[in-house]
Amino acid sequence: MPETQPFDFKANIKKALADKQLGKNLKSAMDGLRVKRRAVFADTDELAALRAQGEAVKQRALSRLPELLTQLEAKCTANGIQVHWAETVEEANRTVLNIMQRHDATLMVKGKSMLSEEMGLNHFLEDQGQEVLETDLGEFIIQLAGEPPSHIIVPAVHKNKDQIARIFQEKIPDTPYTEDVDALNAIARKTLRQKFFSGQVGLSGVNFAVAETGTLCLVENEGNGRMCTTVPPVHIAVMGLEKVVEKLEEVPPLLRLLTGSATGQLITTYFNMITSPRRPGEKDGPLEVHLLILDNGRSAILDDPELRRSLQCIRCGTCLNHCPVYVRIGGHAYGFVYPGPIGEVITPQFEGLEKAGDLASASSLCQACGEVCPVKIPLPDLIRRMRREGVGQGEDGCVRGFGTKRHLLEVLAWKAWALVNRYPRLNAINNLVLSRVGNRMPRLGPLAAWTTGRTAPRFAPKSLHQLADEEGLPHA
Amino acid sequence: MDSKRTYPAKPDSVYFFGTCLVESAYPQAGMAAMRLLKEEGLRVVFPRQQTCCGQPAYNSGFAEEARQVARTQLAAFPRDYPVVVPSGSCAGMMRHHYPYLFAGRPEWEQTRRFAERVFEFTEFMRHVMGATFEDKGPPLRVTWHSSCHAMREMQVTEDSKALLRQLGRVELIELEREDECCGFGGTFAVKQPAISSAMVYDKTEDIRQTGAERVIAGDCGCLLNITGNLEHRHIPVRGQHIAEFIWERTHA
Repeated sequence: MPETQPFDFKANIKKALADKQLGKNLKSAMDGLRVKRRAVFADTDELAALRAQGEAVKQRALSRLPELLTQLEAKCTANGIQVHWAETVEEANRTVLNIMQRHDATLMVKGKSMLSEEMGLNHFLEDQGQEVLETDLGEFIIQLAGEPPSHIIVPAVHKNKDQIARIFQEKIPDTPYTEDVDALNAIARKTLRQKFFSGQVGLSGVNFAVAETGTLCLVENEGNGRMCTTVPPVHIAVMGLEKVVEKLEEVPPLLRLLTGSATGQLITTYFNMITSPRRPGEKDGPLEVHLLILDNGRSAILDDPELRRSLQCIRCGTCLNHCPVYVRIGGHAYGFVYPGPIGEVITPQFEGLEKAGDLASASSLCQACGEVCPVKIPLPDLIRRMRREGVGQGEDGCVRGFGTKRHLLEVLAWKAWALVNRYPRLNAINNLVLSRVGNRMPRLGPLAAWTTGRTAPRFAPKSLHQLADEEGLPHA
Repeated sequence: MDSKRTYPAKPDSVYFFGTCLVESAYPQAGMAAMRLLKEEGLRVVFPRQQTCCGQPAYNSGFAEEARQVARTQLAAFPRDYPVVVPSGSCAGMMRHHYPYLFAGRPEWEQTRRFAERVFEFTEFMRHVMGATFEDKGPPLRVTWHSSCHAMREMQVTEDSKALLRQLGRVELIELEREDECCGFGGTFAVKQPAISSAMVYDKTEDIRQTGAERVIAGDCGCLLNITGNLEHRHIPVRGQHIAEFIWERTHA
């Protein structure tokens, strides 16, 4: 998402927390998704085994990524799919535009793709005079509203049906206001139907790309993905280079993990496996299929054994659903394409710490995200890693903007903290001071922040050390 | 992380690591835990060199400062006694994060062995000591708040509740959304005060809904946060550390 204003996380948070309707919408949606996920993964032993399997598949693929991508390209090419590579978002957008221009296309119909959000593709194409239509219902709603997705899987989750009714009434000609969900669905369906047949190019994402067969797997619930990939004469699939897996037999466990984690479904309504353009004698399907493989900073992440694990992500969004912070502020507050815990980890790596390092502060490290991640990404460890990289600590130092979140006052505070906690005698003095004047400290800095919703901490007149001495507890 | 931990036989002596919050704000909780351990026949050693586990700096990205402080703790507990900690969060730091913090460094082997000896107080009382309690207090309704690290890192929530359920006249009312963070998160509470406040407001609202007279917890960070907000909102529910609560109930 190209930002028009500089990212101001604090202001975004304040605005989100003040929006009571947003809070209600998020809470009810997230509660529902959590309950459904729990029901579909009721067997915890089975889930544990499945997560281990999913993690192993992704780690194996990442460890052999160049080889698998080469294999994928060869297989796709042999199958008649044209493969394109892009190192940057600009190259990727240009490639898509070139394909459209070669076919004199003026309308693209799009299935849901977070990578296309990462590319800012809609804005780019519209600036070039192309029409772009989102066909996933949630994406369609927010495109009408002129907003970016607020969630990886349910992009319009921040809106309730009344708000959607108003958007439809305002933005779709001759549409009456209705809160009836079936009627709203019918309005969207009718509007989109026409466009599927006039779009010259269909675009989709890719959930898994299978190297050994050259198969592009696409998971969806509305059938719009199938329409986008079969009705227009040209289909462009876009994928981040981490989406490749080696074998077809590795897809079922990942698919089960993805649908269960994302929406609490055993399987989605549609599961598309795309292996080639229309073959001679076939009656439908696109005449051309293009696969665009984008790097956009991923290969740099791959180099670091710890950060590499962030590339295991299958974009199920369950870390968002379980995050007490995301549930309260929603996706827009995070200011970039990927919100929630996974966003806190990958956005600073994509955008640099100077721009996006503050995101890592939006976690109490409660570990709910790490607990539910279907491919066992150690999200809390990686959030901590972003904090280290931000303040310029350790031997790590490979994320762009290393050390740019280092503030002198904070550095001094931690140095002082380390001093009184390294040396027991200093610690005793510190505790003595706290017990004497701690309860009369002025409400400045951290204490001011603390007391916005709480009474000030009270320090005991005698420390545990003093009480232990009085009780004569042994030292050794 | 720790779902199938194997526990040692009853030792003669244990170390007690008080934690920095107990040290200065909740010393009675620490004393109660040590007295309960002594009642089990243990020699309770309280090394005076101990300070803080280092988690505040570690979670804020200041790993080097955390390591400096962690080394003080490694030196303070030299013998092979179990180290009992009245906090799931500080125990989790020492048990799960020390080895990570010292990975590839000379102290790694030492931290790995040290981590093996670290126990959260209620898990130690239940699994190692098999402690049983006789409730001497009047009937009381309480609710339980588990810290995220007690629940997800140390996985001792059931141990804490099992101890509470031994108290015959204490009615334990389960908290709605008990697996959700109270919003403390150490420096999170001061770096993101607005989100943290929103979280603790929801938590104290759930506590109020239980109708309990007290909220019992095993972590003083959560207690500081929750009781601070309860007071701020004038909700008359008292917060107490589980060790102090059990001591009070068994010595009424």
